[in-house]
Amino acid sequence: MTKLISCCLFSLVLVVSLLLLGGCPQRISKDKAIAPKAYGTELVEVSGGNQVTGIGSDLPEPVVLQVKDKDGNPMAGALVAFHGERLRFKPGSALSDSGGQVTTFVQVAFASGDYQIVAETPKPGGGRAIIKLREIALGSEQTVGQGVHETYCIQCHDRQSIPERVSNFDNLSPAPHEFTDAAALNPISDADLINIITYGGPALKESPEMPAYGATLKPDEIKAVVAYIRALTRGAAAAQLSSRRAP
Amino acid sequence: MNLLNHLRRLGSFFLGDPARRFASASAVLTLSLAIVLSSEFVNDWHSYQRQFLKLVRTRPDAAALERRFERGIHQIWIPEQGIVDRCTTCHLGLKEVALADVREQPFRPHPTIPHSLTEFGCVTCHRGQGAATTVEEAHASTKAWEQPLLPAKYLESSCGQCHLGPLEGTPKLNLGRRLLARYGCARCHSIPQPDGTAVVPADDPPPLRHIAEKTSREWLFAWVKNPQAYAATSTMPNLQLNDQQASDVASFLMAQSTPSGSAPAGDALEPTLLPVTIDASSSGKEEGASLYGSSFCATCHAAQNAAGNVVGGDLGPELTGIGGKVDAEWLRLWLKNPQAYDPRTRMPHYRFDDRQIALLSSYLLSKKGEGLLANVHLPTADAASVARGKNLVVEYGCAACHQINGVNAPQTFAPDLSRIGSKALAQIVFAPQMEKTLPDYISQKIRDPRSFGHGLKMPKYNFTNTQIEALTTALLAQTGRAWNEPKNLVRLAPRRSDYHPGGEGGRLIEDLRCQSCHAINGSGGGMAPDLTTEGSAVQRAWLEEFMRNPGTLRPALIRRMPKFNLTPGEIKTVADYMISAYQSPGFDPHTLDPHALTGDAAVRGKDLFYLKYACQSCHIADYNKDKGYVGPSLTAVGHRRPAVWIYNWLKNPQAVRPGTMMPNMRLSDNEARDLTAFLMTLTARENGAAQ
Repeated sequence: MTKLISCCLFSLVLVVSLLLLGGCPQRISKDKAIAPKAYGTELVEVSGGNQVTGIGSDLPEPVVLQVKDKDGNPMAGALVAFHGERLRFKPGSALSDSGGQVTTFVQVAFASGDYQIVAETPKPGGGRAIIKLREIALGSEQTVGQGVHETYCIQCHDRQSIPERVSNFDNLSPAPHEFTDAAALNPISDADLINIITYGGPALKESPEMPAYGATLKPDEIKAVVAYIRALTRGAAAAQLSSRRAP
Repeated sequence: MNLLNHLRRLGSFFLGDPARRFASASAVLTLSLAIVLSSEFVNDWHSYQRQFLKLVRTRPDAAALERRFERGIHQIWIPEQGIVDRCTTCHLGLKEVALADVREQPFRPHPTIPHSLTEFGCVTCHRGQGAATTVEEAHASTKAWEQPLLPAKYLESSCGQCHLGPLEGTPKLNLGRRLLARYGCARCHSIPQPDGTAVVPADDPPPLRHIAEKTSREWLFAWVKNPQAYAATSTMPNLQLNDQQASDVASFLMAQSTPSGSAPAGDALEPTLLPVTIDASSSGKEEGASLYGSSFCATCHAAQNAAGNVVGGDLGPELTGIGGKVDAEWLRLWLKNPQAYDPRTRMPHYRFDDRQIALLSSYLLSKKGEGLLANVHLPTADAASVARGKNLVVEYGCAACHQINGVNAPQTFAPDLSRIGSKALAQIVFAPQMEKTLPDYISQKIRDPRSFGHGLKMPKYNFTNTQIEALTTALLAQTGRAWNEPKNLVRLAPRRSDYHPGGEGGRLIEDLRCQSCHAINGSGGGMAPDLTTEGSAVQRAWLEEFMRNPGTLRPALIRRMPKFNLTPGEIKTVADYMISAYQSPGFDPHTLDPHALTGDAAVRGKDLFYLKYACQSCHIADYNKDKGYVGPSLTAVGHRRPAVWIYNWLKNPQAVRPGTMMPNMRLSDNEARDLTAFLMTLTARENGAAQ
């Protein structure tokens, strides 16, 4: 009888411990470490820096970097590793191809603002070559601002022309501030930016070329444009407006 | 053996007699009770609330923050939406603007959104299990709860549950919905919307009833094998057929074709009806290219230019390789009147003369594209091949998009997508080695439908990652919750109408397919200005002149109104119709006294134009001086617009044309009058010379 009980107890303990073991979170095996086949001395950006995307989303275009040797020629087979706080890379590290290039797809996290990609490659004699790229994630308010920008602002405030839209930037004097012009826009307070959009340039003794949008856009839309401008020029925490409303 | 002895002694100590057994059982029960009760104090949310207090106490405004903090489980309860959300139990900083610099969850403040948390809760947008009080149960999917948290990149889909139309601030959702229409998803899938409407296909698959007149079996083979090899911008998906299957399909399509009647009846079929070719000399080709340009074919059709870029609109098919595709005689008849071949085409009926047709067709036929047909050698089509082809056409549902003789459009061919965004994970068969989540399933289905197994019918589209993300977002909005939202929360999409103009003028407007680009009374395209109130917006003489020779109103636009070569009689008919039928109901001609538009007023208006409002930043009033590229050129606006329209427009542009980018300048009545007086003096001709 007691033998039976102890047997039962023993098997119970066994089953419970097995179950407990099974319930433990399993560590996901990391990517197998890649060994570099060659070493470069310099990392340069081919494309993919300064992109704008929505929170939690992939960057619209992959990030492409190139490894160069000391003579400036592309270096194949060099190991490039990507890091970045709250960023996900696919792949996280790779060997450069025959053109010395490495391509990775990047996803930003939930928070709006700035993200920094840090890519590095080991140099021949030890040490690392490093390049840093900035990317921008827009939250919901900034996305509204981006939409308003693309309807009302972009024709004059973006000097780049595309086939569907010829820029009016060069026709204006004084020239408008591009929304990426941090040096010009950062010193202007949120309230002043809102006023200049609402009441036009003359409200702040600026050019009447900037018309008043107070009767065209809703106050929330104007605030959203300012939030968008801040995201482009200040990034990170400053993307939040000082006058923001609690949800 | 010794161990067994010990156990035996232990057993008799605890279970030796009924009293001991009772005592043991009581002890075990008391212990369990203690564990259960104490677990109440060592759970996730308690520790988060303690952490929050610790965080708050390090901050300068600690007192205020601590005063607003409430211990215990928090809950947002909205019975009419079925929401019981306890997320705020741990997410304690959501409403705390002062914590803007905190970036770690769960204490980050919520970003600014147009809705309030207390009115909408959390799970409506973020999904997850609102009533749960542990991290795991609230965020991840569990056996009892199938809705994990929605990844942030698909968050806009949640807006789409109530907002059924395009929404400012959800570009991804809007794009996804446009793509659902653009790629004709709704031709196979039924995609009804909670407001009783449905996704309407916005593609234009050609009918195949007379295909043998248009192209060759070899071209059909190459096209069906890989449509993007012919035209990179094609919206036709790749059915992933093998050579044999593609050849069979081509055989059947040629076999089912019947004469279209686009060729004039009887002996007029003679090709001599039209001059067959303009000689291939460079002058003929140049003339053709210039006619292609001046007819503004590129407004709707893209083609590869010398630099290798595909440039042009996407309303019609890409023409890069058109010369390798179409039959020369078919092309000439098509250019003469496309509606004879396809009565539902979006292509306007240009009034080309025979010489223009010859020029244009020679130019188009010279666009051979890549050597698509270089290695295509098909076996002769026998009856067996035709029969196999028909089976394939039926099996793959070709008739869902194309009209094909002897094959009816299939009904309920593909799964209904009305609630695909809340499909239960248990009902999904995942492909091996993929993430087992609904968004991953939907995007993988769009990216590579056949990766879920052989024998599946859904064809492969050439979508970019951005497009796949947008389409997934749009489909994730199709949830059960969307169908059960309270009526007062639902924001309907703008209603479409199927307005068709009537009478003789209406017949011409239809013949010219004006509504392919212009919307009228809620029906038509969005490429060109809405014409619903055009009759009160233009002067009759200008309208007639514009139809005779469409000028360039906006210097910076590439897409332009084509020249249709209308006869004076036709122009008069259309102008009569538009001036009388397309009047603005809200226009009071007495808002402006025409006698007030004096020379003095015009002088004051000129100052307002140039100095106070700097209108020349966006408009050109004087070709020699102004450079504004954004709005339409105003050099001849005095010929173009009626004064009363200009006055009303200046006072409130958005009231006249909702969504226009012209800002409302809050002009006083006098300012609007003076500006109108100045604008009415602008009567220069196109070349800038004053009249």
